[in-house]
Amino acid sequence: MAVLPPGVSAADFAAALSQMATALGADWVFSSDDDLGPYRDSFSPVWDTARERRAGAAVAPADVAQVQSVVRIAARYGIPLFPISTGKNFGYGGPSPNVNGSIVVDLKRMDRVIEVNDQRHFALVEPGVSYFDLYRAVQERGAKVWIDCPDPGWGSPVGNALERGVGYTMGHFRDHFGAHCGIEAVLPNGEVVRTGMGALPGSQSWQEYKYGFGPDPAGLFAQGNFGIVTKMGFRLMPAPEHYRSGLITVPRRRDFVALVDHVNYLSDSFMVGEAVYGSPLASLMGRPDFLALATKPGGASDTDLDAAASAAGLPSWQVELQFYGPEAATAAQWAYARDRICSAIPGAKAVAGEHFSLPPTPDQLANTTQPYHSLIRRNGAMGVPSLGIWKIVRDNGHVGFFPVLPRSGEACFDMQRVMCDALREFPLPPFFSAVTAPLYWHTFAFQMVFAPSVKRDDPAHNAMVDRAMRKAVEVAAKHGWGDYRAAPIYQDAVADTYSFGDHALRRMLESMKDAIDPQGIIAPGRGGIWPRRYRESRDGRTSA
Amino acid sequence: MRVLTLIAALAMATPATAATERPAPRPDPAKGAAVFAKWCAPCHAPGMRHPGTAALAAKYNGQLPPELERRSDLTPDMVALYVRAGISLMAPFRKTEISDPQLADLGAYLSPRPHAKGARK
Repeated sequence: MAVLPPGVSAADFAAALSQMATALGADWVFSSDDDLGPYRDSFSPVWDTARERRAGAAVAPADVAQVQSVVRIAARYGIPLFPISTGKNFGYGGPSPNVNGSIVVDLKRMDRVIEVNDQRHFALVEPGVSYFDLYRAVQERGAKVWIDCPDPGWGSPVGNALERGVGYTMGHFRDHFGAHCGIEAVLPNGEVVRTGMGALPGSQSWQEYKYGFGPDPAGLFAQGNFGIVTKMGFRLMPAPEHYRSGLITVPRRRDFVALVDHVNYLSDSFMVGEAVYGSPLASLMGRPDFLALATKPGGASDTDLDAAASAAGLPSWQVELQFYGPEAATAAQWAYARDRICSAIPGAKAVAGEHFSLPPTPDQLANTTQPYHSLIRRNGAMGVPSLGIWKIVRDNGHVGFFPVLPRSGEACFDMQRVMCDALREFPLPPFFSAVTAPLYWHTFAFQMVFAPSVKRDDPAHNAMVDRAMRKAVEVAAKHGWGDYRAAPIYQDAVADTYSFGDHALRRMLESMKDAIDPQGIIAPGRGGIWPRRYRESRDGRTSA
Repeated sequence: MRVLTLIAALAMATPATAATERPAPRPDPAKGAAVFAKWCAPCHAPGMRHPGTAALAAKYNGQLPPELERRSDLTPDMVALYVRAGISLMAPFRKTEISDPQLADLGAYLSPRPHAKGARK
């Protein structure tokens, strides 16, 4: 028997599903245990426990009018809805809802690539379009644009952007919500709104000017619950002519501070794509003496780490730089970056990497012919979706905590030390140590990664992972570092940390939620925003 | 009101019934090949860069081919089970992604077919 939402009777739930079946066609309403199986979060650390969040049913509208019908029926009965695009938000809850018994609105059937424009460089898509689909559409139409995709290509540009997902090309495209331009959404009352120029009838610039006039509510739909997004525009990068890469190493631990400052300059000047940082000393982590040093309580001294690097004959840090554009321009930019950094940091060394005309060959896409060991995810850097990243998935999946930190070497050292100490009690791989490099995905911020694996048949392990996740969120927040995205089971904990002014932001958002969605039917709890009817039990939400 | 509820509950029952009463089309391996190409190949195409292939190579250690298209022991039921339930790090697929008829086509494509032996590579 399917689980029911809180406060909804079995009869009302059945009546709503029946009406939805009439509106959508019976084949697109799912309520059997078998059919709902794939709507569970297969990466869940609370699988089969009372804390797992499970859908009560799923429905799959084919168009905007059907989404409106679903919303109006749900409003009639006060049934929570949880929209998904392609349902691949693994590590952050997959297709599972915040509230047990929600009806998942599965938008996979709405899979039209409405427009790809390579004169003005944008696309307009529906939520069910995957990165694979969009890439294929670009190729089939011969459009001279690149997409920017996350690691797994089966995700949705709409869903990923609404989760503020990231990619691997130039900074202003890597931030997928930042690169959106124009949203269409069905509101909780069933009305359809368009943001930006889409609000002006007859406008031809919906995908070129995202603001229109007056307040821009687009941000409310990202990690929010103010409507069901049914179309979304994205800015696309003109297909570049040439790709060039290069490696720069610096010898001492403290050199990282200056290295980051220089790369910030290059990145903010739009000269480089994703800068991929790493520490060559990570190769020593298999040695017990170095492992102990890199994870020393309170942090190892610069002197000791420099001595270890020197003894191993390795530089302390490296960054791989990537350039896109006309061949001569990429050559000039690499020469500038190399000279700028090598003249400023004693002992810095530069190695020219591969460069080639685009599009890449299969070998170039595989990134196996660099003159050095490369950490670049070349598929992503070329905007070519794949599922190759799944090779890093261990056990039955993982959960993810990616705290945001400033783009400075000092901030990286602080996070390494604080989080290493905080998570020492948990028997997990050392996600934070003296060799942990920042991830430079979002345009203007660093993140680090804590992504412990989940084991379906080992509840004790999963419970330990769950405790570690909660401690990571709490300790990071005490140091001013916040998570950027979370699974439903962690969204309240993360939202709690964004508490400036005694949670003024959350109170503002919940006031808006009550006004726009008085019955609280759209994804209650998403982003930590609870409508009034659920708010009283916010603290007990984990068992709801 | 109770009567309306009962009617609603009965209406609920009709979708599944209607779906199962429809005559099932004969599974088509050629269509199954297209399903494989779209949904399975990103993980299960030949080559260790494909995580599904790499995982099965580690699992079977030479006892069975790691590429699903080279297997001779798969049945439509096995294919359906793994697609709908997932396994290990493989997530399950919903009917909105691979419909039941498409799943039957995929099962036909991945099952041994004596008349087409060697046709698949």
